[in-house]
Amino acid sequence: MLLTNFLMLSSILFCIGVYGVLARRNAVMVLMSIELILNAVNINLVAFGTIHGSISGHVFALFIIAVAAAEVGVGLAMVLLIYRNRSSIDLDDVDLLKG
Amino acid sequence: MFFLENAWIIPAIPAASFLLILFFGKRMPRKGSEIGIAAVGLAFAFSVLAGVAWIDRVENPPPAAHDTEQVDEHVDEDHAEETEHAAADVVQVAASEEGGEGHHAVEPVTNSWTWWQSGGTEFQVGTFVDGLSVMMLFVVGLISLLVHVYSTDYVRDDPRYTHFFAFLSLFTASMMTLVISENTFQIITAWEMVGVCSWVLIGHWWEEKPNADAALKAFLTNRVGDVGLVIGMIILFFAAGSFNVVEINTLASEGALSHTALLAASLCLMAAVMSKSGQFFLHTWLPDAMAGPTPVSALLHSATMVVAGIFMVARMYGVFWEGLSIGTSSINALALIGGVTTLVGASLAFVQRDIKKVLAYSTISQLGYMVMALGVGAWTAALFHLFTHAFFKACLFLGAGSVSHACHHSFDMVADMGGLRKYMPHTFKTFMIASVALAGIPPLAGFWSKDEVLAGAQQLGDGGYPLMFVMGLLTAGLTGAYVTRMVYLTFFGEHRGHGTPHESPKTITTPLWILAGFAAVAGLFNLPDAIVPDGIAYRFEHFVEPTAAYFPSISHPSFSWGLAIVSTLIAVGGVAVSYGYWFQGRWHGITERNGVARAGYRLLENKYYLDTLYETVIVGAIKGPIARASYWANQNLFDRVVDGVGNGTVDGGRRVHKYFDRAVIDGVINMSGRSAEGAGAALRLIQNGRIRQYASLMFGGAAILAGVLIVIV
Repeated sequence: MLLTNFLMLSSILFCIGVYGVLARRNAVMVLMSIELILNAVNINLVAFGTIHGSISGHVFALFIIAVAAAEVGVGLAMVLLIYRNRSSIDLDDVDLLKG
Repeated sequence: MFFLENAWIIPAIPAASFLLILFFGKRMPRKGSEIGIAAVGLAFAFSVLAGVAWIDRVENPPPAAHDTEQVDEHVDEDHAEETEHAAADVVQVAASEEGGEGHHAVEPVTNSWTWWQSGGTEFQVGTFVDGLSVMMLFVVGLISLLVHVYSTDYVRDDPRYTHFFAFLSLFTASMMTLVISENTFQIITAWEMVGVCSWVLIGHWWEEKPNADAALKAFLTNRVGDVGLVIGMIILFFAAGSFNVVEINTLASEGALSHTALLAASLCLMAAVMSKSGQFFLHTWLPDAMAGPTPVSALLHSATMVVAGIFMVARMYGVFWEGLSIGTSSINALALIGGVTTLVGASLAFVQRDIKKVLAYSTISQLGYMVMALGVGAWTAALFHLFTHAFFKACLFLGAGSVSHACHHSFDMVADMGGLRKYMPHTFKTFMIASVALAGIPPLAGFWSKDEVLAGAQQLGDGGYPLMFVMGLLTAGLTGAYVTRMVYLTFFGEHRGHGTPHESPKTITTPLWILAGFAAVAGLFNLPDAIVPDGIAYRFEHFVEPTAAYFPSISHPSFSWGLAIVSTLIAVGGVAVSYGYWFQGRWHGITERNGVARAGYRLLENKYYLDTLYETVIVGAIKGPIARASYWANQNLFDRVVDGVGNGTVDGGRRVHKYFDRAVIDGVINMSGRSAEGAGAALRLIQNGRIRQYASLMFGGAAILAGVLIVIV
């Protein structure tokens, strides 16, 4: 079944993304992994939208792409500022709020 | 007709200019000011064309004459107001036909689009153009344009020059949106937008703490009133079932809405007027707002933004008319607030050393006149006073800016000014014209509008509004006096500052002259029919006052020679007393010799202790005395009763204490304390600042939740 293939692909992407978020220390790599997660969701939405013959899934995917772009924009700006202040983008160094 | 139906273009131009200046302003040869001036100039030209189209519509109401071409389309902007007369002469026959029983109902031009839908209610956005909107568009456009030109010199070399022009544009756009609002929801939105612009512009030099504080004070004081605005509009929505201004007003004027709802709504809306238009006792932000650059004070805090409250009352007049029974009473909340404000403002203007603060209190006082006029039912007088006041007060503020430009950016009249008449002839002449207009000496603008307000207070309602009438007359005298003091301290006597002052450049004096010109002649637009023939009398009323069903049927005061002479004499008397005191040096030292005078002076100097009231008494009371008072009441009143009962139970209590309290309750409490401590210590381990651990916890939690969901569903 076609749908299963898409779902398999998206869950693989999702797992790679989660692994990246958890295992990477570099902030840019984490942001990229988040993109993978979001795109896994997009594939799901588009796949279901096609199977059910509804346009909503596609519309949602478009919205997610737009939001993801904004999110990466803000995220990269923050990474840049962190780098300027601390000369490092290692996420383990950013722990000012620890209890 | 094009400009009436497509009035949305007018605010859209400065709004676009705001974005353009923000994005490209810094790269322009003149740092963005040229975009602002061009956009506001264009918006002003369109406003004038809209005004011409409206005049045409009033004279030839559709469908009677849709074949008539607009006679004065070619008119250039500077002479727009004069053409009102010209147009009036041309179609005098038509006008005199209407003069009889009732005017033709001239319907406003409305246009609306659905903004969004929610729960079956459609929220509209649109334009609503009638005489009032057109008049406001003209005032806002003209003054904004002149302030833009003036600012190119005034804030030159400012580090945030571009930013300043961007927000001037945004303010113009917001204010123009407000005056053509089609529904109450749009009014609230635009109202908040002008508030934000005010905050940004007052705090333009935020590096200095007092300026940032003043901006915050203005913003927060306005919040108090905005709560009233929102609640009032919500009440109206539930009473009338609509946000539409025409619908609400029509229903209110027909008496279809309950009086209680209208009363509650108008009282709530009055809170908004009090904060935005600086009415007593929420006026304290307005003098502080003078911390902003002077062009901002001229544009926002005298001529346009602060009259938003007046405009809102005028726009929702059906509601206020019915809610406060304006036509049939001899005192009501709106008139009282206005009357008190006008007196308080005028008396406070006496003791200020800062020229801008004198003008600020004067603005408060004149706004009080307008609110009072609306309160007594003299709608046209209020709006006419708004119209004339905008010109002479903007002229005074810009003049004050020009003066401080010459005196090393000081506004202190006592320390740094004096004798400037010789050095700054243009500023002096324009300032004098505007001052005489403000003092209400005929034939300049202020006299005609003030006289109408007073006539309204004397004649309208149920046998006149005597209290407001007296307050208005007193203020007329006070106004003459403080204006004379201000002019004396600034322009006469010996120069007290250091260095030689110099006249300001053309970019500053030209706007001054244009405004002074309007300050001189604006009063002629509404001359009473006792003085001039019918065709050119009451032109302002004829074109601005709505005649359609959404406006209550108000009556008009008639011109009285006696009143005009008395009010002029009082104003001249005020000027004369002040002249004697300042120019000829009589009665000096009265505050040292006379206890009453000294007490009065101190009361004024401390601004009736209102700031103290807000900051020390109210805040302090909640912290101190009220807490202490309730403690005292507790100790001395309640305890007496309790003591009797208490003594009896003490014995029993002791036993309970020993066997139950210590053992059981304390045990439980100590245990809960200890467990909270332990839990805190345990949870603290998780808050280790390692982001990846947080992320894995989050994903783990999500996975568990997903698992639960699958099992359940």
